[in-house]
Amino acid sequence: MVQVTSRPDETVEGAGPVTGPSPAPDAAGLGRARAAGFLVPSMVLILLFLVVPAAWTIYLGVTNYRLTGLAAANPEVVGLENYTRALSDERFRNSLVLTLQFVLGSAVIGQACLGFAIAYALRDRRGPLRRVVEAFILLAWILPSSVVAFLWIALLDRDAGTLNALLGMPGMAWLLDYPMLSIIIFNTWRGTAFSMMLYAAALENVPRSHLETARLAGASTGQQLRDVVFPRIRGHVLTNLLLISLWTFNDFSPFLITAGGPEQRSEILAVYVYKVALSGGELGFGAAISFIMLLINLVIALIYLRMLGRRKERA
Amino acid sequence: MSTVTPTADETRTEPSRVAVRDVLARIGRYVFLCVVLAFFALPLLWLATAPFDDTPTIAASLPQFTLDNFRALLDNPYAMTSLLNSVWLAGGTALLVVTFAALAAYALSRVRVPGRDALLYGLLLLSSIVTGTATMVPLFELAFRLNLIDSRLGVILILTGGLLPAAIFILKDFMDATPTSYEESARVFGASPLQIMRHIVVPVVRPGLATVGVWAVANVWGNFLVPFLLLRGPDKAPAAVIMYTLYTEGGQADLRLLSTFSLLYSLPVALMFVFVSSRYGFRFHGGIKR
Repeated sequence: MVQVTSRPDETVEGAGPVTGPSPAPDAAGLGRARAAGFLVPSMVLILLFLVVPAAWTIYLGVTNYRLTGLAAANPEVVGLENYTRALSDERFRNSLVLTLQFVLGSAVIGQACLGFAIAYALRDRRGPLRRVVEAFILLAWILPSSVVAFLWIALLDRDAGTLNALLGMPGMAWLLDYPMLSIIIFNTWRGTAFSMMLYAAALENVPRSHLETARLAGASTGQQLRDVVFPRIRGHVLTNLLLISLWTFNDFSPFLITAGGPEQRSEILAVYVYKVALSGGELGFGAAISFIMLLINLVIALIYLRMLGRRKERA
Repeated sequence: MSTVTPTADETRTEPSRVAVRDVLARIGRYVFLCVVLAFFALPLLWLATAPFDDTPTIAASLPQFTLDNFRALLDNPYAMTSLLNSVWLAGGTALLVVTFAALAAYALSRVRVPGRDALLYGLLLLSSIVTGTATMVPLFELAFRLNLIDSRLGVILILTGGLLPAAIFILKDFMDATPTSYEESARVFGASPLQIMRHIVVPVVRPGLATVGVWAVANVWGNFLVPFLLLRGPDKAPAAVIMYTLYTEGGQADLRLLSTFSLLYSLPVALMFVFVSSRYGFRFHGGIKR
């Protein structure tokens, strides 16, 4: 993160030719200068649109910057006021709790467990059933979010929705009465494909003979999973949990379904920031919340990376 | 359960108990997969039936077949332009991502850049942490300062920046997996590095380039937040944003328009997926394991 402070154009120069011992596997005779040139376009864009915004969040978060009005022209540095205000704000704390529910429910429990179960159930299957199941799960993952959001609104519709028709309980307002549960199940449906594919690839690393031996020795499915499968795919599990936790934490698609309502009962942080900063115009306060989100993302990432590192040490 | 008779209990050997459990496990597995299939297929039913129903309702039902609903698309002033806008955004971003990521990945794969792995993991981590959602305020500010508000180029550049780290990561994996011997022999015959790139490396890693291209297109095609933040007015808005306005903006939603538009908007990603999975197989390669 050294680059955070340097301006984009400076780094372009900084990434220029580096002299040193000639690298071994440079088969095409690229050379360091050209290699650095190949890196420049990517690095400039990454710097400009990932690193700079991250750094900028920190600055904006300590100002009273607003979209309109007096503070729009001359934002003042207000120190940590935004942060103290956020931490004492009931709506923010509520949003934080909802976000944790959302991540635990839909990513860790929903996507990871369901994805693993499906991958495990399909592991030595070829043929139409596997293809059909996978096709639908992948379809749920690749369709545009504003389309699937409407599909779920239609599915859960109070008066004429498919779900109420199937269950024979018309008038059940899922999105009003159970907004969090609805978006948790929605996000499980939406994102399981990734975990399923990752675990399918991981399970190919588990030697079939080991499973066979365990099975013939009378190990139950649970024992097989614990003693044979899990030790071999631990790295995959951690990587998977890291990625889906981060994605879910930052997911904006619940906005398309419930827009945070009713009465902020499904207002996860991503939706909260949008409402405060861009609808409400309080950019400074919104940036402070964004920075708290970035910190939480960082903490999630570091926890998983530590667990990965510990696994490597032991290996 | 009914397969185990009391008398079988004494004569049963270890393998037979295993066999009984296998049968139960198999039944359980089928039931589980059917439930999974129902869960994932149910919300999608409406998308398959409503566009062809002459009186579409919000519930999925067997349609009275008609193609008249597609006329609603032409009547709406923004429906078709928004799809074209999506094509521009997705195509532009995918082109930039694939080109830039391929160059960077090749350099990182073949030349020992100091701190390469740390850089790569750092960037990947950064791109997972710094997302459109957590940085929407500064992205909006940045676009404003750079005069990129209401500009398609702005959306393309911002999306490219966000997708590049993962794209480089995926492509480097493909590059690492290709043997350098082709490049070496081409070099012996006097090919320049750029010729080697074009005639040897690109054809060899084409599945990787296709994967990343498709992945980028799918990402941008469905992305709602960035165009929603940065583009004003419906004439530049991509289909993701128009779709949202169709069912949120006042009054009774026009289900003919909504259903046909959803289908048309979903079709390209679905077709692309079918193409990729039949051609290359839609699977993860070794990249994610550590």
